[in-house]
Amino acid sequence: MNVSDSDDDIYNERTALVPSENPVLPSYRPDSDVGLQNDSPTKRDADDEELTLKYGAKHVIMLFIPVTLCMAVVVATIKSVSFYTEKTDQQRIYTPFTENTASVGRRLLNSVLNTIIMISVIVVMTIFLVVLYKYRCYKFIHGWLILSSLMLLFWFSFMYLEVFKTYNLAVDYPTVGVIIWNFGAVGMICIHWKGPLQLQQAYLILISALMALVFIKYLPEWSAWVILGAISIYLVAVLSPKGPLRMLVETAQERNEPIFPALIYSGVKLGLGDFIFYSVLVGKAAATGGDWNTTIACFVAILIGLCLTLLLLAIFKKALPALPISITFGLVFYFSTDFLVQPFMDNLAAHQFYI
Amino acid sequence: MTAAVFFGCTFIAFGPAIALFLFTIAREPLRVIFLIAGAFFWLVSLLLSSLVWFISVQISNKESAAQQKGLLIFGVVLSVLLQETFRFAYYKLLKKANEGLLALSQEETMPISIRQLAYVSGLGFGFMSGAFSVVNILADSAGPGTVGIHGDSQHYFLSSAFMTMAIILLHMFWGVVFFDACEKQRWWAVAAVVISHLLVSCLTFQNPEYVASLVPTYVVLFLMGVWAFYSAGGSLRNLKLCLTCKDKDFLLANHRSR
Repeated sequence: MNVSDSDDDIYNERTALVPSENPVLPSYRPDSDVGLQNDSPTKRDADDEELTLKYGAKHVIMLFIPVTLCMAVVVATIKSVSFYTEKTDQQRIYTPFTENTASVGRRLLNSVLNTIIMISVIVVMTIFLVVLYKYRCYKFIHGWLILSSLMLLFWFSFMYLEVFKTYNLAVDYPTVGVIIWNFGAVGMICIHWKGPLQLQQAYLILISALMALVFIKYLPEWSAWVILGAISIYLVAVLSPKGPLRMLVETAQERNEPIFPALIYSGVKLGLGDFIFYSVLVGKAAATGGDWNTTIACFVAILIGLCLTLLLLAIFKKALPALPISITFGLVFYFSTDFLVQPFMDNLAAHQFYI
Repeated sequence: MTAAVFFGCTFIAFGPAIALFLFTIAREPLRVIFLIAGAFFWLVSLLLSSLVWFISVQISNKESAAQQKGLLIFGVVLSVLLQETFRFAYYKLLKKANEGLLALSQEETMPISIRQLAYVSGLGFGFMSGAFSVVNILADSAGPGTVGIHGDSQHYFLSSAFMTMAIILLHMFWGVVFFDACEKQRWWAVAAVVISHLLVSCLTFQNPEYVASLVPTYVVLFLMGVWAFYSAGGSLRNLKLCLTCKDKDFLLANHRSR
């Protein structure tokens, strides 16, 4: 039976780096067995060849499946449970500028300001995390990550029970308590300690989906789009040679530690943040308007972006952010499908013309 | 409408395609990737044709229904031509990416033949084309309403489902024939594919005269299927051997004893 990465001999603060809800992290890095013993040039060539082949088609598919599952969960929820598409008028701390303004220009300005605030919060938290990691404050990180996964597994999944309201199911509180307790406790154990690999992967997919749903509900409409765009640009900047995330990756490699083994989807390494933001994009495409074409277009665009990213990884062989290309494709296809393809296909369907 | 209509139409439209995917493509990562890439190429072609149509509508007289219909017909023809152009572009890209493919796979020889690529890319085009044509209609069929309440045809959903199935399978056959023709430099075959695609699309202009549009479409589907079968290397002899489970090459390739 496959067990999760956390199945170490010595389980202590140092070895048990665990998931957080920090959405932005390096998404892809070469395996730590890059430094192989090279006896001869031919062996070195063979090893290079092996590295190139490592990120082959199989790994692409191993990423496609969880990404697709996460997006499917988010889209299915958005389409059936109206709770996540009801707009809240409450002001959030992270996005204080309201979008309920009359003019388009004002609304755009508010979205950009909201984005700047969100990105600054993310930058500050990332730097804080890197500093903590560098100075080996593992207990602090551990505590922070446990708290955030607690919140995700218990509170957000309690919110998800709105699905009962949609289907008009009457449930009593003790049953809800038992369900949430079991779900959360098993999740905490699976993610932070030991558990079957597939269960751990399933939980990671579920918490990514829950997080994405919360983002979709609580981020104002235009701000969400600007944030998606800004995150991609930010990631390109932050994985530059002097950036904090590259420092994190390199520090972990020096110390020969796995980076947050459960924060990254285990086996082939893709960060949870990527799952979350892909699902936010597809979820928003599904939420706005009743059009399925846009959703499908974004889905295909994201998968192709992921493919291209992995191809570039195979060519350049260093840590690359998985978000920028996919999100760019996703955004381009969302807006173009929504404005251009949508009316064309609607007209064709009305006359029942086929192309 | 009812759940029966929704599920029925979904399975009619996508049944054969999903079966093909599950039995022949799902287990091979490389084929899945090329399927999705094919879908992406179709999407880009649709985007371009929608852009042109959108611009032409903006500069036209929006009041005149005849002009709008004319523009739509122009949009359909343009879209068909662009789809075939992108099919050719995909073919060129695949030929060029031979070395890249070798690196991406984990074998030493070419892991996927051009014929398999033709099949997979055709199916990718078909999936995307079918999805874009019918998913919104299926979503509507799961909701409330009465079909044809204003005097339109009652068979809207069923005919859409059958048309979609035909289109998906046709795209697959067109892919196979097209790539084979490009390999052998038979440009008349390429032209025949383009013309048959145009024919099928133009037949739909007769909707809701479903007999006039669906029956010829299925005839074209059958003919293209036979053509694709022969260009993929099939023959009556192969077919007989395969159906009676005596084809040694096939059995060997699938690690089964006779």
